[in-house]
Amino acid sequence: MASILTTVGIIYVLVSETLIAIPPNEAFFQLVSPKQFFTDTRWTPQFSDRHFGILPLVCGTFLVAGIAALIGLPIGLAGSIYLSEYAAPRTRKVVKPILEILAGIPTVVFGYFALVFVTPYALRPIATGLFGLDVQVFNAASAGIVVGIMIIPIVSSLSEDALRAVPQALREAAYALGSSKYHVSTRVVVPAALSGILASFLLAISRAVGETMAVAIAAGQTPALTLNPLRSVETMTAYIVNVSFSDKPHQSLDFKALFAVAMTLFAITLVMNILSHLVMRRYRESYQ
Amino acid sequence: MSAAAPAPGIGLVRTQPSARPGLVGQTFAGVCAISAWLGLGVLIVLLVGVLWQGAGWLSWSFMTHYDSRHPEQAGVLAGLWGSLWLVFLATIFAVPIGMGAGIFLEEYEKKGWLRTLIEINLSNLAGVPSIVYGILGMAVFVKMFGAFQGRPKVLEIGFASAHLEIPLPFGRTLLSGGLTLGLLILPMVIVVTREALRAVPASLRQASYALGATHWQTIRHQLLPAAIPGIITGVILSVSRAIGETAPLLVVGAAVYLANAPGGIESPVDVIKHPGGALEAPFDTFTALPVLIFNWISRPEKEYRHVAAAAILVLLGLLQVFNIAASVIRARMQHKARW
Repeated sequence: MASILTTVGIIYVLVSETLIAIPPNEAFFQLVSPKQFFTDTRWTPQFSDRHFGILPLVCGTFLVAGIAALIGLPIGLAGSIYLSEYAAPRTRKVVKPILEILAGIPTVVFGYFALVFVTPYALRPIATGLFGLDVQVFNAASAGIVVGIMIIPIVSSLSEDALRAVPQALREAAYALGSSKYHVSTRVVVPAALSGILASFLLAISRAVGETMAVAIAAGQTPALTLNPLRSVETMTAYIVNVSFSDKPHQSLDFKALFAVAMTLFAITLVMNILSHLVMRRYRESYQ
Repeated sequence: MSAAAPAPGIGLVRTQPSARPGLVGQTFAGVCAISAWLGLGVLIVLLVGVLWQGAGWLSWSFMTHYDSRHPEQAGVLAGLWGSLWLVFLATIFAVPIGMGAGIFLEEYEKKGWLRTLIEINLSNLAGVPSIVYGILGMAVFVKMFGAFQGRPKVLEIGFASAHLEIPLPFGRTLLSGGLTLGLLILPMVIVVTREALRAVPASLRQASYALGATHWQTIRHQLLPAAIPGIITGVILSVSRAIGETAPLLVVGAAVYLANAPGGIESPVDVIKHPGGALEAPFDTFTALPVLIFNWISRPEKEYRHVAAAAILVLLGLLQVFNIAASVIRARMQHKARW
């Protein structure tokens, strides 16, 4: 019951602040047209020339989530194949708790790690030292890397469940045909578990999109429509944090914009989670 | 050599698999192993890095002082008490409701559209970014939907000698933060309650019914006692997730600079000395460990990075206490239960 109230509450709050407000208040979309919100390419709530175009924030969010996916998804999947197909039970007993610890580390710690270690000791030596590229103090790449590390435990634990759900008979049949372990893993087990793996990927990307603290600390506060990972960007979540952090009056337009951004974020993650569940349900049906 | 090599195109599998681990297979196995162990590598680098930056700054005075404009004098006292209070309030809010919901779903509502709806809803709630919970908490607890139209009321409750003032709406108080975190862990509590109940062997339930117990007596005297260690372990783990949460607290309005602990309680002894403080604490302003860490990282002075690292060590230590408690309970449970 309470869980349904929570959902109703979330939807009510977001809708009442963005779409339809109770008369004395005004909803965000009564003040800013949805067309401007979704198509304008500038996000400048603080300037006198105000623009509320969410595209730069969406771009920043997906730039960070994209880098995170590039790092987290392959590593997580490879790790899950190791845990499910190669590792001895004793190794699993060691590796799985380590991944659980990694999953339990507060995100603010990862943000610290990105800012204090990843940028100066990993990004700068490679990007500036080898390629002569300029790396800003706050940049999308360092945030993306740590978010990628954060989603590894999600991908590997969910994918491992999917891999282990593949019936043993399938593996034995493949071995009987003379396949090596490599071929059994890549041609039989992974394709059989593909929908479960995809579901874990979607869930992980949705987590990366909703990730807040690491991104707010490491990615910066510059809403920019850019694909350059070495620049400072601002994500949707970071905007929400920065506005809350800076004590804006609750009736101001910036503050209302916060709800519109939160609504967009909620809609994106909800769609991804639902997609993930639909994919997962298909996979459950296939071997029962 | 009687067996001829199969001619190309005859085999069922296009590329001929061989039982010998080839170079590709070995490389693949190696890459997978490295990926799995990478977590350990990251963990070590992270811990060593934080220790290197923060260990020198960690001291007893760091634990017993408030934040300061001078990095050498800054401490985590307000954040430590804030975090403990938040977790306490979140637990007393979420555990009864979450356990009730879990028992209802597992024991009473066996099927039907309501259960389906709740289940879909639960799995979706688990995927909602925590910052969205913060927005919910701000609108519901901090502002109460603006129902008081900028004219906050104060509800006064007088006990024998104590006198309690409850602001309405709650505003940026510890209570708002605790309730918000409570909402955040509620889905987790429901899930662990259900899993713990499901783990109770069916034979226990059947034996209870066979002896003539009613459904309620079975739940009360057999299922719950058997499930409670599992529930406690799960609750502790979800609580340790809540301790690290920063984003919702920032939205709800955790103070970033605060020189008093909630209710003026600075040490466990104060609870006994001034019991009134414990009642006032939920309506006090608050901050939390991760909020302090975020604030210190955001400051331009480099020294505060060391302060932040020291605070991270305190936070990780606190989490470790919770995790050890959970695993001790889990171990005792496995020791005791012989089904």
